[in-house]
Amino acid sequence: MKLLTGNDLPSGDVIWWTGSGWSRHVEESVDVTDQGEAIARAEEGARHVNAAYVIDATATPEGPRPAHIKDRVRALGPTVRPDLTLKPADPAAGDWVI
Amino acid sequence: MYKYDNYDQAIVDARVEEFRDQVKRRLAGQITEDQFKPLRLMNGLYLQLHAYMLRVAVPYGTLDGRQMRMLGHIARKYDRGYGHFTTRQNIQYNWIKLDEAPDILADLASVEMHAIQTSGNCIRNISSDQYAGAAADEVADPRPWAELLRQWSTFHPEFSYLPRKFKIAVIAADEDRAAMRLHDIGIQLVTRDGKLGGKVFVGGGMGRTPMIAPEIKDFIGAEDLLSYVEACLRVYNRYGRRDNIYKARIKILVHQIGADEYRRQVEEEFALVKKLGIDPPLAELERITAMFAPPAFEAGAPQGVDRSDPDFAVWLDQNVKPHKQRGYAIVNISLKPVGGIPGDASADQIDLMADLAERYSFDELRVTHAQNIVLPHVRQADLHAVWQALNEAGLAEANLDLISDIIACPGLDYCSLANARSIPVAQKIATRFASPERQRDLGELKLKISGCINACGHHHAGHIGILGVDKKGTENYQLLLGGSGAEDVSLGKITGPGFDEDGIVDAIERVTDKYLATREQGERFLDTYRRVGFEPFKEAIYG
Repeated sequence: MKLLTGNDLPSGDVIWWTGSGWSRHVEESVDVTDQGEAIARAEEGARHVNAAYVIDATATPEGPRPAHIKDRVRALGPTVRPDLTLKPADPAAGDWVI
Repeated sequence: MYKYDNYDQAIVDARVEEFRDQVKRRLAGQITEDQFKPLRLMNGLYLQLHAYMLRVAVPYGTLDGRQMRMLGHIARKYDRGYGHFTTRQNIQYNWIKLDEAPDILADLASVEMHAIQTSGNCIRNISSDQYAGAAADEVADPRPWAELLRQWSTFHPEFSYLPRKFKIAVIAADEDRAAMRLHDIGIQLVTRDGKLGGKVFVGGGMGRTPMIAPEIKDFIGAEDLLSYVEACLRVYNRYGRRDNIYKARIKILVHQIGADEYRRQVEEEFALVKKLGIDPPLAELERITAMFAPPAFEAGAPQGVDRSDPDFAVWLDQNVKPHKQRGYAIVNISLKPVGGIPGDASADQIDLMADLAERYSFDELRVTHAQNIVLPHVRQADLHAVWQALNEAGLAEANLDLISDIIACPGLDYCSLANARSIPVAQKIATRFASPERQRDLGELKLKISGCINACGHHHAGHIGILGVDKKGTENYQLLLGGSGAEDVSLGKITGPGFDEDGIVDAIERVTDKYLATREQGERFLDTYRRVGFEPFKEAIYG
């Protein structure tokens, strides 16, 4: 599957395309098939996202998992600061990245 | 310390307002990201893995308490409570919001700081010896010259769009504490016949094509130094490879045409440049130099320290260095707690270091290229009090230049260019070698980790270096041996196939075991490596 990701323009937060808008949680992202570039252009034009790009991912029971470790780190947060990730209460969250 | 004059303050304040307007227009959609990106980068604002990252310039690594406290304030108010000190003696913040960036720059400007030229193909922050003004072995304080270069290079119209970024270091001692010959231009201040001047090295650097800068000028009088550096830049600006980003650094130019031909062209250019009157008048030099006058050291400050506290004594031996002034000492504050993140400091720790500088070090601090902090002028009589305060704040790790004093780039945990994580590897190595006795037995061992070929973690210059690479989507770590960024400069050699995260820690232990089994009396790891060569260590690593 293909996901569309980028950064929120004013905050810089990592965001994911949900089909109708943007979420900070990769679990809520959807397969953009071959429409990623078109969505990215439109959403960047509306300043809903900055530096958007399409990535490969696999579907899992817990939701989409980016194929590359770099995007998994983006999705969770720094593995060396669990307190600053999106799942600070989950000590095993970093395992999902590796 | 240098203090801004009205002109300095005016240009920095004007830049803040200019950037405020640029951000406003970007957020309003009046300019695109393609238009905005070079503008934000000129103000040190990157878009990194999780958010915007702001890199703040710390000129030649020198700060006063007020400035340090502002860095803590920014960490607390605009970031997530910490900052990361870098190998360019700067600090960067990882969680910056674009709409708050102009306010941060305004706060910085209020204490004579900025983020100008911390990115882009321009002359970056001038780096220097963290012991400047305190070391007994320097021929002069290098900071007035670094400051002169800072002023000359700031908004230099001819050098704002160089083929690639450009890094300059200035030192003034034979002991190189600034990796001087791994810079685009390295200057060592020297004296000849009682006259101050510079030995100039050009074309060093790390990155994907590491090179040690050859000597281009064995002596240029101080009164000609700026013109000579201008000539060095002009030749590069004219002939540097703008067609290929990987061949655009000055080291490639110097290597391709040869040091002799580069020198010939620089000399030719220098003859023209010298007529332009670039070198400052004596009065301006004296104005700058006066700001770096030695502090009012206490004559007859008591010498000697009570070593009865064993933990204090260990810290004293490892982290405290001799000062040129009797009764004083140089204190190194390690930002490398075992298992911690190299170079990170919390806002509270930053505040504490500012307090200690004001109270005990004539209001001065230094950032080192090894990602530590220095209090340059501490009375020996105050060392125990300083240590106690540092210890309570988790800042008294006694590991300067030991195996756990690791330089590590932010790596894949923060950096969008990285291929592998650096910090977890640093943490695992430091934890494996956590025993203070074991570290001290190993002695000086400089271990440096980069998460990609750009070498921000200086892996080429590590006695032991580690380079993180992407191997078919997984992190892999190559091992290098034999590098040095000091006066005995050398480049590390890759040992062979890489390792996974745990494998690299085991490999390093095999290397240190080999060292312990092979060393002769008084030899550092690097000495033993150079004596016995690469093969015995390779054999130990791979069997």
